[in-house]
Amino acid sequence: MVLAGNATRIAGELLTKAAAEEEELQLGVNGLIKLNIFGHTAWITTTHVNILIILAVICILALIANRKIKKIDEDTVPGPFLNIVETIVELIDGLTRNNMGEKHGAKFSNYIGTLFVYLIFANLSGLFGLRAPTADYGVPLGLALITFGIIHYNGFKYEKAGHITKLFKPVVLTPINIIGEIATPMSMSLRLFGNVMSGTVMLGLLYGLLPKLLKLFIWPGFGFLHAYFDIFSGAIQSYVFAMLTMVFTAQCFGDEN
Amino acid sequence: MSNITDRGLILACSAIGAGLAMIPGIGPGVGQGIAAGLGANAVGRNPGAKGDIMSTMLLGQAVAETTGLYGFATAIILMFANPLIGKL
Repeated sequence: MVLAGNATRIAGELLTKAAAEEEELQLGVNGLIKLNIFGHTAWITTTHVNILIILAVICILALIANRKIKKIDEDTVPGPFLNIVETIVELIDGLTRNNMGEKHGAKFSNYIGTLFVYLIFANLSGLFGLRAPTADYGVPLGLALITFGIIHYNGFKYEKAGHITKLFKPVVLTPINIIGEIATPMSMSLRLFGNVMSGTVMLGLLYGLLPKLLKLFIWPGFGFLHAYFDIFSGAIQSYVFAMLTMVFTAQCFGDEN
Repeated sequence: MSNITDRGLILACSAIGAGLAMIPGIGPGVGQGIAAGLGANAVGRNPGAKGDIMSTMLLGQAVAETTGLYGFATAIILMFANPLIGKL
């Protein structure tokens, strides 16, 4: 009895020691450099650094693609990299054309393509040990506000004054219509943020649960969680964000198509 | 029991509140399941339109998820950016 009691006590002490040695869970955004701008305190955070890394990767890939496309002529067969790039471009052209019509689709495929590629890279960056930038609410909110601007710019461009009067269509529903317009960027950004953040929190909690040594052996077991939260959820949310941008913008074009 | 500090009480109650704030996760689960079931039904009836059905279903599911994500945002705010601590 005494032996068993001692054993459990020692095991308990070891566990608490292991837990104490573990660095504190860091799920939020970490500030790196403190800046003082006109009396306001601003932080350069991991989000900024990760966005710069992602932008650098996208820029390098774009430069490589540009160089390869320039070199190609009618006789050479494009390599695997160019094939992938072509597939992505054709996919985005097809998406915009299907959702916004032949006439407007071509104009918007640039923006939608940029958004889609950036979001895919940002959501997949969790796989490479970076904290996904979209898990910081500022990034999805900024993207959603750009979409909000595009929706209303095109609304005024194609519907003219009708864009304002359509809010008062059934006069009783005016407040609900106005709230609905304001809720669009909120719900779009919260959707992206919530999905990426939930993946970050769940994986962070799981990694924090285990002592360091155990982590090395269990790590491959987390593969399916990474596959779900980072790849599946991230790709779906990128698609949904681009899709919603297209659908909301296409509403302003009316029955032209 | 007398040595519970105000801060400790607020933190404990916030943790319980964050758990309760995730109850709205039930709704989107049911809704997305119904949407996926009807999507499978539609593909069964008309396999040629699989692409359109898939994209419509995903869009509908993403919109249905919104209420659950509002609950999740509340939980995250209670856990990481607690506004109640500042009121002590």
